[in-house]
Amino acid sequence: MADRELTMAAAISEGIAQEMQNDEKVFVMGEDVGKYGGIFGATGGLLDKFGAERVIDTPISETAFIGAATGAAAEGMRPIVELMFVDFFGVCMDQIYNHMAKNTYMSGGIVNLPVVLTTAIGGGYNDAAQHSQCLYSIFAHIPGLKIVVPSNAYDAKGLMIQAIQDDNPVMYFFHKGIMGLPWMAYLTGSTNHVPEESYTIPFGQAKIVREGTDVTLVTLSQMVHKSTAAAEKLAQDGISVEIIDLRTIVPLDKDTVLNSVRKTGRLCIADEDYLSFGLSGEIAALVAENLDTVKLNGPVKRLAVPDVPIPYSRPLEQTIIPQAEHIESIVREMMN
Amino acid sequence: MEPTKEHLLWMYEQMIIIRNFEETMANVYLEGKLPPDIQDGLAFDIGSGLVPGEMHLAAGQEPVAVGSCVHLTDNDTVTGTHRPHHFAIAKGISLKPLAAEMFGKVTGLGRGKGGHMHLFSLDKKFGCSGIVGAGMPQACGAALAAKMQGKDWVTVTFFGEGAANQGAFHESLNLAAIWKLPVIFICEDNKYAISVTRQESTAIANNADRAIGYGIPGVRVENNDAVEVYDVVGEAVARARRGEGPSLIEVSTDRYFGHFQGDAEAYRPENEVKKLRENDPIERLQKQLKDGGMTESEETRIQERSKAAVQEAYTFARESAYPDASEATRHVFV
Repeated sequence: MADRELTMAAAISEGIAQEMQNDEKVFVMGEDVGKYGGIFGATGGLLDKFGAERVIDTPISETAFIGAATGAAAEGMRPIVELMFVDFFGVCMDQIYNHMAKNTYMSGGIVNLPVVLTTAIGGGYNDAAQHSQCLYSIFAHIPGLKIVVPSNAYDAKGLMIQAIQDDNPVMYFFHKGIMGLPWMAYLTGSTNHVPEESYTIPFGQAKIVREGTDVTLVTLSQMVHKSTAAAEKLAQDGISVEIIDLRTIVPLDKDTVLNSVRKTGRLCIADEDYLSFGLSGEIAALVAENLDTVKLNGPVKRLAVPDVPIPYSRPLEQTIIPQAEHIESIVREMMN
Repeated sequence: MEPTKEHLLWMYEQMIIIRNFEETMANVYLEGKLPPDIQDGLAFDIGSGLVPGEMHLAAGQEPVAVGSCVHLTDNDTVTGTHRPHHFAIAKGISLKPLAAEMFGKVTGLGRGKGGHMHLFSLDKKFGCSGIVGAGMPQACGAALAAKMQGKDWVTVTFFGEGAANQGAFHESLNLAAIWKLPVIFICEDNKYAISVTRQESTAIANNADRAIGYGIPGVRVENNDAVEVYDVVGEAVARARRGEGPSLIEVSTDRYFGHFQGDAEAYRPENEVKKLRENDPIERLQKQLKDGGMTESEETRIQERSKAAVQEAYTFARESAYPDASEATRHVFV
């Protein structure tokens, strides 16, 4: 069915289900992943299909169950483990960054850890400072973790199947605002056509979601849809924006970014993570390191959360998380 | 430890205020979140309305808060949870800035920047967190500070039964025990960690038994009853004030609403809440007070006073201003 559309949540759980069908070593665990189907729906329907032995509701013991995922993976299982909100990583980070990320290296490559760690990111619905962050840059900073950040249902399924089949630890970040939840406002674009059959999307291949000639807008996750809305407005005034959806940031598709900036001569990065020491700086550095082959027509611009915790109050939150209007106005400035 | 009549009346009135505050919030929270005022295709929009974001209400869990805080003064510290309103109210935080914080207004406890899971008061020595188990280590620190300064101040740290499976719980109990800190660890067992039941998540039936592993007293209160909580926590607070160290208490309690407002609660047996409400702790204390001689006019006065205070707080919150945009970048550092 060519017109078969799924929400991102349904696409993720379908991808997981297909891999669970194919490989009995794949299993799921985390808080509320079973009966509840995942607080954000990423494991919806899996308990009914596969039973409580393979879809395991855990206690609130992230160090134990995320560490257990690493341990089970070392024994040849292929766990998918959910950290409910990325903001909760503080209670279990040691198991992630000192063990899941490093055991392969420290063992000289003999320990393989095919774990997928899924987690919810993002704000915009006023869940305040401890439930609204993106934080993927923190994990991308740690060698040994692949970092997947999908923007839509089609990509989400293909990237999930790829993640499960990968023999390395993969962190898979889904933005709550694009999961297609019936209880949260959404930006159109994330619910899209998803083929029923299994397919993969290789890591490290960004997608040019809109071609343009004036400005390269590098982005990911929910910000792709805000960027698209901004680009449509800008097009009405003759400003042509090329939007690159990174899809994975480890590995990072440097060539697609550089080739686009070579064409447009202008770079803007739109990110929902914190501004400093993160993704936007990394992309800017990539271009800076290649100025021998990239000619810029103006300074690089970055839009991100301006190094403050996410405030609760609605008007403040909407001010500090970059919106389509912010993208539109920064691009206009770049063209002046 | 038997409560005085004055303490009984205080607990009763506080429970009525808490219930009223939470039930009012349950209604206010829905304003602007339902069709047709929201985006097409949604049943509910968590980010819309006067009070956007998650909302965790504590109706049904009043006894643990009032039966504990009745023993505390403004010198004693309390750390709460992501479901914190009953603790904040019982610790004496004014209803107006409390409500205003939930509306994201500049008159709120944290100038609207914290939200309902992140409530702070210096005057009342209160703090809470949206992270499960996070209050316990900080409670140890507050207690350590009191001890180092030679004060008889105590710290009460509340947490859910789900948090008793976090490392922070076990590490804090051990730390408090070896340093003989004046901390009272109070576990609210409302039977659910969102959808995961206590039986599914916890190896033993009684979390208070975990005290044995740290060589400290552990008591479970089997009924959701303010007077029973009063008795057990009173002993633990007195013990801590005498410098005899920490205690662990678990209180069986009931969550009347969902984990958050909007939770479909498909994991909960049908009619469970209806049955729980038949054993309501406020009605029980009311009966006890009436049997002990509380007059109709006393009862009416308490009810009216409580209702008026809550209404005034919500009116204040509605009418207060939002913070100016420049507030967003203030207070990252002092």
